[in-house]
Amino acid sequence: MSGAQESRREAAASLEKIGVTIRDGGPGDEVAGLRPSWVALPESTDEIAAVLRAAAGHDLAVLPVGGGTKLHWGPPPERCDLLLDTCCLAAAPDHAAGDLVVRAQAGVTMEALAGLLARSGQELALDVPMAGATVGGTLATATAGPRRFRYGTARDLLIGITVVLADGTVARSGGRVVKNVAGYDLGKLFTGSYGTLGVIAEATFRLHPLPAQRRWIAFTAPDPHAARALVAALAAAQAEPSAVELDWPDPGAPLTVSALIEGTAADRRAAALLPLGEAAALPPEYPEYEDDADGALLELRVPPASLATALLTVRDAAERAGLSPRVSGAAASGVLRIALPAHEGLSGFVSAVRAAIDGRLIVVAAPEPLMRRLDPWGETGALTLMRRVKERLDPGRRMSPGRFVGGI
Amino acid sequence: MTEMADVLPGRLAGVLGADAVITDPVRLRTYECDGLTYHRATPGVVVLPETAEQVAAVVRLCNEYGVPFVARGAGTGLSGGALPRTDGVLLVTSRMRRIVEIDLPNRRAVVEPGVTNLAITEAVRDQGYYYAPDPSSQQVCSIGGNVAENSGGAHCLKYGFTVNHVEALEIVTPDGDIVTLDTRDPGYDLAGAFVGSEGTLGVTTKITVRLSRTPESVITLLAAFRDVETGGLAVSRIIAEGIVPAAIEMMDALAIEAAEAAVRCGYPQGAAAVLIVELDGPAAEVAGQFAAVTRICEESGSFELRTADGPEERAAIWKGRKSAFAAVGRISPAYIVQDGVVPRTALPRVLAGIDRLSAEHGIRVANVFHAGDGNLHPLVLFDDAEPGAGERAELVSARILDLCVENGGSITGEHGVGVDKARYMPRMFSKDDLDTMQLVRCAFDPRGLSNPGKVFPTPRLCGEVPGVRKGVHPLVASGKAEQF
Repeated sequence: MSGAQESRREAAASLEKIGVTIRDGGPGDEVAGLRPSWVALPESTDEIAAVLRAAAGHDLAVLPVGGGTKLHWGPPPERCDLLLDTCCLAAAPDHAAGDLVVRAQAGVTMEALAGLLARSGQELALDVPMAGATVGGTLATATAGPRRFRYGTARDLLIGITVVLADGTVARSGGRVVKNVAGYDLGKLFTGSYGTLGVIAEATFRLHPLPAQRRWIAFTAPDPHAARALVAALAAAQAEPSAVELDWPDPGAPLTVSALIEGTAADRRAAALLPLGEAAALPPEYPEYEDDADGALLELRVPPASLATALLTVRDAAERAGLSPRVSGAAASGVLRIALPAHEGLSGFVSAVRAAIDGRLIVVAAPEPLMRRLDPWGETGALTLMRRVKERLDPGRRMSPGRFVGGI
Repeated sequence: MTEMADVLPGRLAGVLGADAVITDPVRLRTYECDGLTYHRATPGVVVLPETAEQVAAVVRLCNEYGVPFVARGAGTGLSGGALPRTDGVLLVTSRMRRIVEIDLPNRRAVVEPGVTNLAITEAVRDQGYYYAPDPSSQQVCSIGGNVAENSGGAHCLKYGFTVNHVEALEIVTPDGDIVTLDTRDPGYDLAGAFVGSEGTLGVTTKITVRLSRTPESVITLLAAFRDVETGGLAVSRIIAEGIVPAAIEMMDALAIEAAEAAVRCGYPQGAAAVLIVELDGPAAEVAGQFAAVTRICEESGSFELRTADGPEERAAIWKGRKSAFAAVGRISPAYIVQDGVVPRTALPRVLAGIDRLSAEHGIRVANVFHAGDGNLHPLVLFDDAEPGAGERAELVSARILDLCVENGGSITGEHGVGVDKARYMPRMFSKDDLDTMQLVRCAFDPRGLSNPGKVFPTPRLCGEVPGVRKGVHPLVASGKAEQF
């Protein structure tokens, strides 16, 4: 028997001993072409810790997964021995309606959570564009939707977190009160960390009352400059829109700018905004996610005032690369998604846009061969500090290795 | 230490100029405490840098000599977070007061750490914007200090804390590098982790804050109740109706008595509790909420309601509340300001518990609190001339924190842990929780020079990473620290 086979057998024996459900990895478990040897299905925080301790003993690379809706996001992992599936961490959330707070295990789906909260007339004000997405996966990727303009993103709504580190240490920070400044906020570090610091086991969120009314309105804009002016006017409006979105289905088409008004008298407040532009039909809510399975999905972050320049840059770079992008997203927050067909020209497009904009362009997802040919995350500040955080929390580099900025 | 006294001040003066280095013992004593005056230490040396480069040079010198440093803004903190080290350098940001840029099209401003919280709002108010977090010391407290403490304020119920309004930070790391932490950059949310770290992860030298649109309409209500319970009931019903006011504040009878004595705020006669509710937002929305809050207060038993929709009437309503901390000085020779949080629904239980503690120990407690988010500020009153009274007050104050933790709350909602509450951290967090936070500390500050002794209960040393321990550290051998 070879050394590798021997150590694999020993790892299997260790995993079997901890009493957590473990199955062999199959073709359906592959991540970017890598098939994990095992899939662990822990049912509690303690079971996650047991799995991670066993994995630590055998130098196994671990990839946490929730609903799997974004598993194709980010660069391919360098190694993946064990998939830690949080599907069975889905106990009924602890909803303290009177405190506007909920605590949920990582595997609870966002729909299930929303359903539960709605029964008390409350919501987690985080728009989640993917069906089947879980609390853990939403936090790990920091996905947020249109209402980030008013409510912020996951990091702004998270008030407490329980995580399990690579060595099996269970750590909590925050709590179940909204106002709390005791200790470091580990929740901020783990939100958007793509599984590279440990496993998110449980999260506590602040909630909001469901708005009395919701009303979307939409305008058409002939070009990016007109769109930018509309976005600025809507963002500054004292009707206080919760979202100001943009949709540009293709560079030859006009743009649609839409706004969401929530709360008392939403209809009246929305009507007062209509004179700002020429009315249009409402675009789909998350157009950029409609056909990304074989395509590429990018995220553009620019200061809102640079919106028009950024859109024109995208248009020109796409034309030169022979690509037809769909650009949409939270215009007033300066966070846009670009959906592109997967194509050889992607790499050139990315470099051209990065060189020209005052902002960041991230390749969120792309077919694996294309992904390997570019730097998906691009430049970032403070990379040295980020590496140091990673080294302290996961010194063996076993948590989702290679998936994050700078190869973290 | 000898080097500290003999050589370091000269080296610092070489970098900053002699007028920016204070070594005169009398002047040093000006800096011996922050807003929490019962913790005092005379700093080894005080420096007044003007630029990030100067801060970085100071920090590098501290590294060269192995000397700890503490950053201080306006010194209004209430947890001793800016308590100096006698063996260290105190970095005071009072000369870093420039508003670098106001960028309204992007709704942001770039400021230096010594700029006061209110100065940001004043710079943009005429254009219809403001900076949302409003700690009660906002006229004097510095934005750098707000970042360190993740400051909130009365209006954070609706608008959140400093961390929700910071877009980017320029910091000097504990080893002396100037680094930008930008929430828009890909990677870990280091800005999010840095805000509220109480100076233990480095020194802020520039802050990009988000600006908010001034609301179209603001209405402030004052509702008087015969007791705290019915006031609390009104709060619960307001929240249950799906209303998120900008602020909901409550004062009990003793706090009202103090405020009347100090500022004659003229609150309704016979009120044993007053509730201040502020609603803001689009006019149409505020009008609807105002009608609902009025109805709820009346139905809950409020015997007098006052309404303010102009700035002067609003100021009159807030006057008593804003003066409350200082006002208790009129009814008590000495007092401790406590800061704890409980889930809002636990308020009645916890307030009853505070009453019991008060009766049991013969110590009066005045209650002022942010009722909307369960953030209590009990004012523990005592006579420092009476033997043993200070100790009993300390005990009551500590037991109040226990009550908060037992009820699922926190030992601090906005004042911070600092030096004052480091010993309470193990009541709220396990050893593993604290050890994990310490890993973050070690990533930023492996030598433990940045504001040591704050936040965490046990001094710890950061081991080499990754790798093998190299013998026993002398401090570990002597039992003064744990290796980490």
